[in-house]
Amino acid sequence: MNERNERIFGVACTFRKPADVFHAAEKVRDAGWTRWDVHTPFPIHGMDQAMGLPRSKVPRLTLLGGVTGFITGCLLTWYMNSYDYPLIVGGKPYWSAIFPFPVLYECTILFAAFGTFFGQFILNRLPHHHHPLFELPNFARVSDDTFMVVLEAHDPKFHVDDSRNFLQSLGGQEITVIRD
Amino acid sequence: MAHAHDSSSERPAILDKVRPAELPRPKLILNDRGFHWITDKVCGIVEEPTPLWWKVLFGVALFIASFTGLGLFYLVSTGTGTWGLRSPVGWGWAIVNFVFWVGIGHAGTLISAILCLLRQKWRTSINRAAEAMTIFAVMCAGIFPLFHVGRVWFGWWLLPLPNQNGIWPQFRSPLEWDVFAVSTYFTVSTLFWYMGMVPDLGVIRDRAKTWWRKAFYSVLALGWRSGNRQWSNFEMAYLLLAGLSTPLVLSVHTIVSFDFAVSNVPGWHTTIFPPYFVAGAIFSGFAMVLTLMLPLRAIYRLHDVINQYHIDNMCKIILATGTMVGYAYATEFFIAAYSGNVYEKFAFINRAFGQYSWAYWIMVSCNVITPQLFWFKKVRENHSLVWIICIFVNVGMWFERFVITCTSLANDYLPSSWGYYSPTLVDIFTFFGTFGFFSVLFLLFIRFLPLLPMAEIKMVAPQADPHAH
Repeated sequence: MNERNERIFGVACTFRKPADVFHAAEKVRDAGWTRWDVHTPFPIHGMDQAMGLPRSKVPRLTLLGGVTGFITGCLLTWYMNSYDYPLIVGGKPYWSAIFPFPVLYECTILFAAFGTFFGQFILNRLPHHHHPLFELPNFARVSDDTFMVVLEAHDPKFHVDDSRNFLQSLGGQEITVIRD
Repeated sequence: MAHAHDSSSERPAILDKVRPAELPRPKLILNDRGFHWITDKVCGIVEEPTPLWWKVLFGVALFIASFTGLGLFYLVSTGTGTWGLRSPVGWGWAIVNFVFWVGIGHAGTLISAILCLLRQKWRTSINRAAEAMTIFAVMCAGIFPLFHVGRVWFGWWLLPLPNQNGIWPQFRSPLEWDVFAVSTYFTVSTLFWYMGMVPDLGVIRDRAKTWWRKAFYSVLALGWRSGNRQWSNFEMAYLLLAGLSTPLVLSVHTIVSFDFAVSNVPGWHTTIFPPYFVAGAIFSGFAMVLTLMLPLRAIYRLHDVINQYHIDNMCKIILATGTMVGYAYATEFFIAAYSGNVYEKFAFINRAFGQYSWAYWIMVSCNVITPQLFWFKKVRENHSLVWIICIFVNVGMWFERFVITCTSLANDYLPSSWGYYSPTLVDIFTFFGTFGFFSVLFLLFIRFLPLLPMAEIKMVAPQADPHAH
């Protein structure tokens, strides 16, 4: 084997049922793994707890977006209708939060949605077109009806043979070593 | 579940004796279809060779869409006088069509966002197509106010951009609020739709056999790997976008109704407009969802994932919102009579018995009377009849906007300035063509993108529950 093949990304195994992969995930979590993932065709209810994942950080970016949007809306309407070109309408104040409220409201939602949308892709490190998992022949089935546990080589607990045996003990099938 | 019961000391002893039956819930997926069946069914629509009916319909849709092109070309090259607008009716078909199309869109957001927050699992089978409908309907809607500005090449003055006149948009105007509301609505709906589609695009990518297909769907799927670390962020973002879209969709038709309600024209200047417009929008939108989904269900044999339960629910929402709209019509009359304002009273008597009474009664019979048939199970189970009733609702809701817009303007305060509005051929062409434009986009969607959200349907399948035995 040449040098390139010796670089290992991790070890993968498949499961046929959501319940099986769910219980396997609980055992991997309890064994203290940190660099690993469960690939499923759909989000399995309760899998975040089974994997011991913390709450997603997307809401922070949503809040950041929303606050930015509200301030942007305020500055936009204030600058345009009150500072740069003040409009005199019936002796009313040049700017208040009331008359452009629909604009502030929509700007808040728009920027909060940008924060959520881009935040989700940034946190998920997407787009990411080249990944060792895509080289795995049975990975295509994961988006259909197969469930996969992947233990990554970056994890301090990782050792090729031990990890294979561990996955076998969890009841995983088609145990494969993924080359980087 | 059994463990949970045993550990609870509060559990009454009687429950062990009677062994209560599980609450029967209607099945969302019939015939116990598995995950692979769902993948095959939905991807099959995109993967099969282009069917003949699609090619024929696409040609017809393009032909019809050309009418909008023709109408707009004639309008821009000749001048705004080619529309039927003249004093006193300055808002004719263009505004009617705008409100009609925006309203259609609202059902898509209701299904994708509000029903998501309410945990209505049946939404999963129809939400993708309904969201697509939203986006395409808003695109159709946008054409009308854009060309209504007169000199369309100055349309960008609506946006807060610096121009050589050194002036800015006027944020006290409901029309400017509308620019923000509709453009935000379009943007957020598109983001929501695309984000929800990324995992399903990954499925089509993974099944792709040819190089160009693989490349096309790989780019769209952004390298989605369906790992639970990704799903965790995805689910959170989906929930948040649903939470953001809910106040958004309610605000959009509220602001559309402000275009009327903030003026002081009799029949427009009422506080009932925002809720009444939102109910009407959802009403017409659901009718459009059924108009589109019933034929698709028949063509692609989707009976297992879009079953009678889904159709029943949609019919019941049409019934509920249709009744709300009817109630709003009655309230308007009552308030007009109760207000003691002669102009307001006249506006409503004139709607029902004046020169546009024909339009008013088309509106009432289509919107208030026809949907009442959905009280009957027999009617909801007869899908041809459901489809016909939905067409009636669509027609009725177009007439509602026509009645609101035209009757109030044609007969306002001074009888000496009254008039009668009729559309010209250019108006008719432009509106007729938007149905083609909508169909072109919808047909492209059916052909190239996943029509049903596979991951979400799999998620509500009984075998997806990790605690099922």
